[in-house]
Amino acid sequence: MKEMLQQNESITKSRRAILDRLMVMDISSPGLPTPDESMLTHFDDPLGAFVAMLESVGGAVHMLDNPHEATDILNQIDVFASAERVVSLVPEAVQSSFDVSQIKDPHDLSAVDWTIAKGEFAVAENGAIWIDGQAMPHRALLFIAQYLAIVVSRREIVHHMHQAYARIGTPKSPFGVFVSGPSKTADIEQSLVLGAHGCRALQVFLTP
Amino acid sequence: MSVTLPIIDHPTAAKPFVTNGDRSPWHDKALWFVRGKRDKQASTVGEWEYLRSMASQIKTATIANLGNYLVEFERNATALGATVHWAADAEEHNQIVLQILRDHDTKRIVKSKSMLTEECGLNHFLEDNGVDVVDTDLGERIVQLRDETPSHIVLPAIHLKKEEVGETFHEHLGTDKGAADPKYLAEAARGHLRSKFLAGEVGITGVNFGIAETGGFVVCTNEGNADLGASLPRVHIACMGIEKLIPRFQDLGVFTRLLARSATGQPITAYTSHFHGPRDRNSELHIVLVDNGRSKLRHNSEFREALHCIRCGACMNTCPVYRRSGGHSYQATIPGPIGSVLSPTRDSIKHKSLPYACSLCGSCTDVCPVKIPLHHQLLAWRKEIGKQGLLSYDKRISMKAASLLFRNAKVFSLAGWLGRTSLRFLPHWATHHRFNTWTIARELPEPPKESFRHWYAKNRK
Ligand code: SF4
Repeated sequence: MKEMLQQNESITKSRRAILDRLMVMDISSPGLPTPDESMLTHFDDPLGAFVAMLESVGGAVHMLDNPHEATDILNQIDVFASAERVVSLVPEAVQSSFDVSQIKDPHDLSAVDWTIAKGEFAVAENGAIWIDGQAMPHRALLFIAQYLAIVVSRREIVHHMHQAYARIGTPKSPFGVFVSGPSKTADIEQSLVLGAHGCRALQVFLTP
Repeated sequence: MSVTLPIIDHPTAAKPFVTNGDRSPWHDKALWFVRGKRDKQASTVGEWEYLRSMASQIKTATIANLGNYLVEFERNATALGATVHWAADAEEHNQIVLQILRDHDTKRIVKSKSMLTEECGLNHFLEDNGVDVVDTDLGERIVQLRDETPSHIVLPAIHLKKEEVGETFHEHLGTDKGAADPKYLAEAARGHLRSKFLAGEVGITGVNFGIAETGGFVVCTNEGNADLGASLPRVHIACMGIEKLIPRFQDLGVFTRLLARSATGQPITAYTSHFHGPRDRNSELHIVLVDNGRSKLRHNSEFREALHCIRCGACMNTCPVYRRSGGHSYQATIPGPIGSVLSPTRDSIKHKSLPYACSLCGSCTDVCPVKIPLHHQLLAWRKEIGKQGLLSYDKRISMKAASLLFRNAKVFSLAGWLGRTSLRFLPHWATHHRFNTWTIARELPEPPKESFRHWYAKNRK
């Protein structure tokens, strides 16, 4: 306890020292810019641009007329057909194989084979999809599953990241992530390997 | 870092790398490939230059009002339930982290890439205090297992060949002897690190951008390691240099478009994660704000802009010296052009040779996404080092001589004549000997028959 107190004191001291050093010298600021929309990328076909981008970063894209077609497509993928533990947060597209709400500790998710997540919107310029942490019982599901699928509406596409952040507005949940393609590494001699620590592959289903 | 190293100048430190077979050209090629990918990305974004000037303006405004933005950040982060700590220097940063670990009786931590914790020497400090630290970024894990330091801020193991990684993994992870297939090795690392992730009691991450307006922060990775490390354990510690701040949430639009394109030539990293407060009521989020010389650097108008750096590594990938000499030759946490600007601000004596590890080609300045005038700053450092009297004897004497020469027309033309004449007669050994380092890998030019002055006088009409 005494140690704690001492530490707190020193933190306050350092806080003051740092802020003092920063405040003693006034530097004039150029002010903050606002991006001029007319200067920014605009795609004639944002959906096409998104699909091309996502494929270029290693994602697979499927167009659906109806969300439940996702199950048929996934069943043709061996590693899905043989998967034992599937967590789906998009029940209208894919059924879960067990009840994830029973799980309290994210460590117990280590054996999850597939996570099917819901995307809020997609970004044309870089193939990213925004996932809101609030839609997930455990954020670890996105990273711990061997394979990831994201279901997102193809009507929800923004052109670039400025629009993306404007759309999020003020972040309301403790976690949110842009996912663009499967996890990857090029740390061994610049050879690209898909499936680093997160998902080994990414399937994206674009619903009407 | 707290360990004091002897002063080793850059050419000496680069020697083992440069003379190691084809290592240098191989390294050069690997980085040039990354630079090429960056160029391709930059050229497909029509507003690239517009983004760079906005990024530069945002960072200038941030550093100008850094104190206020930090207070705003602290207030908002605290309101979200995070605990904000302030560390004046590396030592205090390490103490704060250790204290949090002790408060939770933690012996095992998983850590994602953070140049700040490298700068603070956190790994060794924690290990000395009985904590098992696992770097989870693949490149960082490789260098950690080899007891080395990262040689690049984005590509920590870029100096290693796959056979060397194979050997390291054979020794530490039990992969097949002689196996060097990157896919096989990465798979082995995935398995090995999975178990570490599951056993980690606290996750430590760096921060790419802290947002004053919201009190949140963003971490960008390709591997998903920061996310796994921060979403499994109950306690997340994020270590952040105070210059990592940006004022508004919307500013992320500018920086997320620039960062990965500049760094690895990707349109964006695979994961761009936004953390706003702890995960839930049972979790803790600690944010450690670290100064460690940054507020002092802000006072220096010549080098202040170096605080704009978003650590993309583009200046290294393009630097003709870095590409050939390798990151370890800089003997500093951050190598390359930006490292050569930052390191002397910490210790100008120890790092006095770094501003000379530069051809002043200016390529770093051209690629820097936040428009730091890197080569101007390197030149400014040379002046500063001259002023501080830190130049080596041979540089000092030759500069003095050059200055005398250029100031006196008679002496200048005499020296010209002497040079032209003697070059014609001097035997090779007289110019190429061990005292003349300049001629180690160079031949002297053919002497011209007459001076320009002479030629001009003859041909003037
Ligand atoms: S100085 Fe510029 S180019 Fe170099 S790492 Fe920093 S932001 Fe990137």
